[in-house]
Parts: sequence; structure tokens; C-alpha cells
Amino acid sequence: MFASCADPKSLEGLSWLLCYLTSGSHIAFYWSFVTVLVLLAVTAPVALAFGFAGAVAARSHLWPVSVAGKTYTAMVRGIPDIVFFLFFVIALDQGIEWVTHQIRCPDWTEPVRQGLEFRVCPSAKVPPGNAAQIWHQIYGFGLAVVTFAIVFGAFVSNVLTGAMNAVPRAQLETAESYGMTQGQVFRRILVPQMWIYALPGLSNLWMILIKATPLLFLLGVQDIVYWARELGGTKTSLYAYPHPDWRLYYFLALLVFYLGMTRLSEIVLGRLTRRLSFGQATAAGEAQRKAAA
Amino acid sequence: MKKLILTTALLALAAGTAAAQQTVRMGTEGAYPPYNFINDKGEVDGYERELGDELCKRANLTCTWVKNEWDSIIPNLQSGNYDTIMAGMSITEEREEVIDFTQNYIPPLASAYAAISPDADIEGGVVAAQTGTIQASHVAESGATLLEFATGEETVAAVRNGEADAVFADKDFLVPFVNESNGEFTFVGEDVPLGGGVGMGVRKSDTELKEKFNAAIQSMKDDGTINAMIRKWFGDEIQTF
Repeated sequence: MFASCADPKSLEGLSWLLCYLTSGSHIAFYWSFVTVLVLLAVTAPVALAFGFAGAVAARSHLWPVSVAGKTYTAMVRGIPDIVFFLFFVIALDQGIEWVTHQIRCPDWTEPVRQGLEFRVCPSAKVPPGNAAQIWHQIYGFGLAVVTFAIVFGAFVSNVLTGAMNAVPRAQLETAESYGMTQGQVFRRILVPQMWIYALPGLSNLWMILIKATPLLFLLGVQDIVYWARELGGTKTSLYAYPHPDWRLYYFLALLVFYLGMTRLSEIVLGRLTRRLSFGQATAAGEAQRKAAA
Repeated sequence: MKKLILTTALLALAAGTAAAQQTVRMGTEGAYPPYNFINDKGEVDGYERELGDELCKRANLTCTWVKNEWDSIIPNLQSGNYDTIMAGMSITEEREEVIDFTQNYIPPLASAYAAISPDADIEGGVVAAQTGTIQASHVAESGATLLEFATGEETVAAVRNGEADAVFADKDFLVPFVNESNGEFTFVGEDVPLGGGVGMGVRKSDTELKEKFNAAIQSMKDDGTINAMIRKWFGDEIQTF
């Protein structure tokens, strides 16, 4: 990065450290923090959408829709995460390639499955075999987001179902007696009021999601834990910057990062709770009303 | 009808050019110096990188490098995430049941035990080895307690931390650690010859690709360039072809 870093073996002390911390592999390490933050920023709303759809489906009066919603939550919640991450991603990846294979290569005669091998025609590869590595990474990241969203969506769905049931029945009945339709009751009364009941559960899930990001590595995305382990390990003189086992320091940096994320989340969630409690028929809402009076 | 034929012809043409430009994706672990490792620029480096690039040049192929965990390196080859494995993988009968190997590009290797105490118990003590390697199977059969780790570097660290009495790995991998430990580590016991050399792993159905690389490796063995490359990365004492 800096011109003075051209010959690392001749450097000492602080200038060595500066060059070391700005080497290409360290830059990749810093970018992996961005990867994790982007994953959180994308996955959280998608999982919330999945969960909302699941909760609405589970409450539906139509029997097939309700069964589909309940099956989704029950199935995903029952399967261990690691099984889901290992199996589902491969199944999804191969499913996509199988479909493109059927569309693009109808004349292909060889079987797709040959023993343990999975072989589609070259033009059905997703992403194409000659695509730049960045597309393979983006594709892997996309698979990770979908998998995270499905897993966490199931938990969110359960939390939201509970929250919807927790909204006092009297509120809904009052709305009905005013002549609102089911849809209006749902949109105007139920959904705005349920968030305060859902928040404790959702904040738990958010915390778990933050801590679950190292699972990214199982999906082939090089995340912060991978880089900490890789960069911290003993480096012999084969490397430009040889050093002994420094994994402790790298993992300490990760500890600080995760604790910082937790603290930040607590502050934001605390504010959100105060805001959502306003005017609610809960103990917190009642306390706010008394304090204002 | 005419339009249909034209479209089909165009499609066939497009498919043909796509196949010609197909990039060969080379899978590696990136954590087993000097065979393969991630250098300080964040790129795949090492003997296998240099050799692989030269082989691709000779076989007239475009190649890119892909990192993958050692644990899942064979399943991901089979499901088509990349087309070859160059990751210091020894040719063994067990592996040949699931994938094919080219001819070896490193002659059969010696594996060795390294430990801190010169009289470490390598037959009844705790020995660290990397998961899924021939060394791990050897330790399991030797009567010692096997302690497995995901990467080679962690097996060495385990001995340093006192978790294991000794580490068992390819000797070439251990040599730099032993030499640069200021006498902390020593080799213990006899070297053990294991495996049929290191080869490039390919899918069983990819016979064409395998033959291309076989020919390229052969041409490097014939003109001796492969020996020079082995000496460059592993030192002068190593066995060459």
C-alpha cells in the first residue's frame, strides 16, 4: 500500500506494524467486516418479511395456507441450524443449476447425477464457469442471505404469531364494532399494536443473528472469523511478514467488535421499546402515561 | 421452421464458444505452506500455484484459483464448484474411489513427527494431525491418541500449547516450523513414507481435462523444469523426479 512497504524484511517496530496491518490480506480482513455488516443489514429485513408472511399465513382462515405457514415454522425450527446450512445451501445451489440445465440443455444425454458427482452442461453453470471470482462470491453471499432469512424467518414468524395473539382482544372487538372489515382491523389495529409485544423476541433474534454470522464460512464466504484464524496463525519466513502465533490478538479484536455491536444494538432497541410503548395498554405504556400526567 | 433452425444453430454456436472459453477453476486450501498458502497480498501462492499456472499455460487453459476448506474439498469438487484440486493431496486408494488423480507432481512423501520434547511418546501419547489426511489415518492406526484439527497450522499450535505431545504431518510442511523455532521443536522418531505422491484431483467424469494435465505434467518432468520448481519451494534436500 505504501511505497516504504516494498521490502518488509528491512522494516522494524512501528513502521513494520503499519505495513503489516495494511498488507493485501489485512485489507481483505477489513472488507470482511463490511461483508458481515451488509449481511446483517440485508438479512434482517428479509427475515422479518419471511416471518411476517409466515405469521399471517399461520393465522389464515384458509386451511391450506395456514398449514403451509405452520409447517414452515415447525420444520425450520426443528432442524438443527448446521444441518440446514450444510444441506439446504447445496440443495438450493444444485436445484438452481438443475432447472437452468433443463431449460438450456434439453438435448444433454448424460445423467446429471453420476454417482456422487453432480454434472450439468457448462452453459447451465450458475454463475458461469468463466465469470470473474467476484460473481462467484456474490452468488455465495446471495445463497447465504436466503438461507439465513429462511432460518431466522421461521423464528420471527413464531414471535410475530405470539405477538399478534397478545394484542388485547377488546381492542379488535372495538374496531369490529365500529364496522371495520377484517383487513382494516388487521392493518389499523393489530399490526401497529403487536410490535411492542414482538420486540423482546425480535431483539433476541437480532442478537443471535449477529453471533451466527461466522456460519458464513460454512457457506464458503470468507468472513471475519476465517481471516482472524488465517492471519493470526504462525507465519514462517515464507511469508513477507513472519510472526508467531497471534490468534489471541485477532480474536480479541473480534471480541471487541461483537461486544460493540451488542452494545449498539442494546441502545437502539432500548429507544425503540420506549417509542413503541407510547400509548400502549402495557405496564411500560402506563408508566409513560403517568409520568407525563 | 426456418427461424427455429436458425435459432438452434445460433444457440449451438453460442454454446460452442462458451465451452471454448471455459475457465478451469482450481480448488486449493490456501493454508498449507509451502504447497499452497495465502500470501500477504491476499492471493493464493506457493509451489502448487506456480506449478498450476505453468501447467495451465502448457495445456492452453485459462485458470482461476478458488479457496475451499480442506474438510469439504472433495464434495465441492464433485458438486462442480471447481474443476481440480491442487492442495497437497496425496494419492491414496480411498480417495481414488471417489475422485481421479493425474500422475503425481510431487514424488511419494515422507511424513514426520515433530515435538517439543525429544522423547515425546509418539506411540502411546497424544498426536495432532489434520482432519481427513493420510497422516490422521496413520495416527489412528498407530495406537496413539489422535487429536484432529481443521488446518495444519493448528496442529503445530496444539503442540506448542501442550494440548498434544507431537504433531504428525508431511515433513516438507513441518521443516520451516522446526527450523524457525530456535530449537523449540525437533523431529522425533523415524520418517514414515506414506501415500503415492501428490497429484491433482479431478472428477471421474472429466477424463479429457485429466489427460490434458497429465500431458502437461509429463512435459514438465521430461524437461526437468518441475524439479527446479520443487527445489525452489522445498529446498535442495527434497527428493525430486
